[in-house]
Amino acid sequence: MLNDIALGRYFPGNSLLHRLDPRIKIVLLFLFLAIIFLWVNSLVYLALGSMTAALIFTAKIPLRMVATSLKPLWWIILFTFLLHFFGTEGEGIFQLGSLTATWEGLKQGGLITFRLALLIILSALLTFTTDPLALTDAIESLLSPLKRFGVPAHELAMMMTIALRFIPTIIEETDRIIKAQESRGADFTTGNILTRVKNFVPILVPLFIAAFRRADDLATAMEARCYRGGEGRTRLRRLQLGRLDYTACGVSALIVGGIFLLTQWGII
Amino acid sequence: MNIIEISRLTYVYAAAKENTPALNGINLNIGEGEFVAIVGANGSGKSTLARHLNALLLPTEGTCKVMGLDTARPENLWDIRRQVGLVFQNPDNQLVAAIVEDEVAFGPENLGLPPAEIRLRVDKALQAVGLTEQLHFAPHLLSGGQKQRLAIAGALAMEPKCLVLDEATAMLDPQGREEVMQVARDLREQGLTLICITHFMEEAALADRVVVMHQGKIVAQGTPKEILAATDLAKWGLEPPLATEIADRLRRRGLNLPRGICREDELVATLCP
Ligand SMILES: Nc1ncnc2c1ncn2[C@@H]1O[C@H](COP(=O)(O)OP(=O)(O)OP(=O)(O)O)[C@@H](O)[C@H]1O
Ligand SMILES: [Mg+2]
Repeated sequence: MLNDIALGRYFPGNSLLHRLDPRIKIVLLFLFLAIIFLWVNSLVYLALGSMTAALIFTAKIPLRMVATSLKPLWWIILFTFLLHFFGTEGEGIFQLGSLTATWEGLKQGGLITFRLALLIILSALLTFTTDPLALTDAIESLLSPLKRFGVPAHELAMMMTIALRFIPTIIEETDRIIKAQESRGADFTTGNILTRVKNFVPILVPLFIAAFRRADDLATAMEARCYRGGEGRTRLRRLQLGRLDYTACGVSALIVGGIFLLTQWGII
Repeated sequence: MNIIEISRLTYVYAAAKENTPALNGINLNIGEGEFVAIVGANGSGKSTLARHLNALLLPTEGTCKVMGLDTARPENLWDIRRQVGLVFQNPDNQLVAAIVEDEVAFGPENLGLPPAEIRLRVDKALQAVGLTEQLHFAPHLLSGGQKQRLAIAGALAMEPKCLVLDEATAMLDPQGREEVMQVARDLREQGLTLICITHFMEEAALADRVVVMHQGKIVAQGTPKEILAATDLAKWGLEPPLATEIADRLRRRGLNLPRGICREDELVATLCP
């Protein structure tokens, strides 16, 4: 169950989006997020929505997963919609107590909801189509110019890698401890909150002790293999920009430029 | 030529009660290409010794030299660590990366080698331990034996002169243990110096030389025949290998077996010539 959360988000594939350099993906994602924030305009959203749909389709991401990515923010989306639906001045549709739902509210609420959904889905597309390790490399690479300002780019990436490596191990271990405690009669599913929390202590304590021992062992093992931080370290896999990446940047620039000009000229 | 030269090495842990030394006046030389097994009861100082061999610990007194380089000199540190690969007991706690090839690449990456060279070393190391097929696996999907072989590959990618296995088989099932020992033996055939710390006398019986440690001291050393099959291991808290034990019992029952049997194949060969 926990496993799905940690690792089930990446869908291996060979689509355009999959083959794009992860750094370019991150940069373009931020570009489009910015556009969505800056232009509240239904035609812009329609264009970007179609683009997102096309990307989802070509990357063969199951629609069910796209819906799942919206789930954690479901309530916020609903709340925002209702706030606009009832909170906007205009021609009334119906009355709910002292609140009036308006046509203008419906339009505004719909727009904002669509915008939120677009933001979330675009961000989710990044993790759906990028191997977490490539993502780590990309973050290290993008942050490395900030090193001279004290941003620990290499250390952050190393932490992410180690987390990726140990999440499954620690989940397995948690499972094992739970089973061990259950076999001795521990009960994690009944009783009030207080008893249940109390019952979790015998799981957390061994888990923490093991985690510290692990950290210690791992540090020793890394040191034994000449690890001395990011200084002078090279990588097996090097990120390298290709034709596809330049094309993607070009196309994105055209889209952004197009939107900018059209809004400047008052066409949309 | 000696790869390892240890003389009068004493080590006291900072946290040790009453300053009891974990190692007490160790003298040990290990030659190039040798296969040495170190045995001893729990707490006899085996791991402490292993950690001196690649400068994870530095002697409190005495000296430890690797390929003629003194481990106490900071400028030798990285040369020593690339010459001596260390593999630890717990397969889950020594793998750093989230996929197999990155794990093997970790050491060479730390050495700052060019990517093409790293690629070559990764492929070669994985081939040597028989994990080529698992190149893109996540380590947690491997069996215990495979994890330890991966750890060995990680050490091999540094192209060390000497490999130290600190109870690398202790947490494995018999099959995993067999896999790891097979890899270790193959590497040894190719000329790697192998130091194998173990609680399994069957593994020690494969070595050229067995070193027995007891309370921070080396109390005996010699060929497996001399040590495992002839001396009184019980006084150091050790048991003889199964083959020796069986041979002894058969001898007591009146069977005329030669002394010095310590490997299963020797026992079989003697019983069914
Ligand atoms: N970090 C430490 N701080 C203080 N004392 C330690 C530390 N590590 C080990 N010791 C002590 O040093 C002695 C030797 O320990 P060491 O781990 O080298 O033994 P070992 O032969 O490897 O035992 P085992 O077979 O259990 O692995 C023991 O008495 C142990 O209690
Ligand atoms: Mg030990």
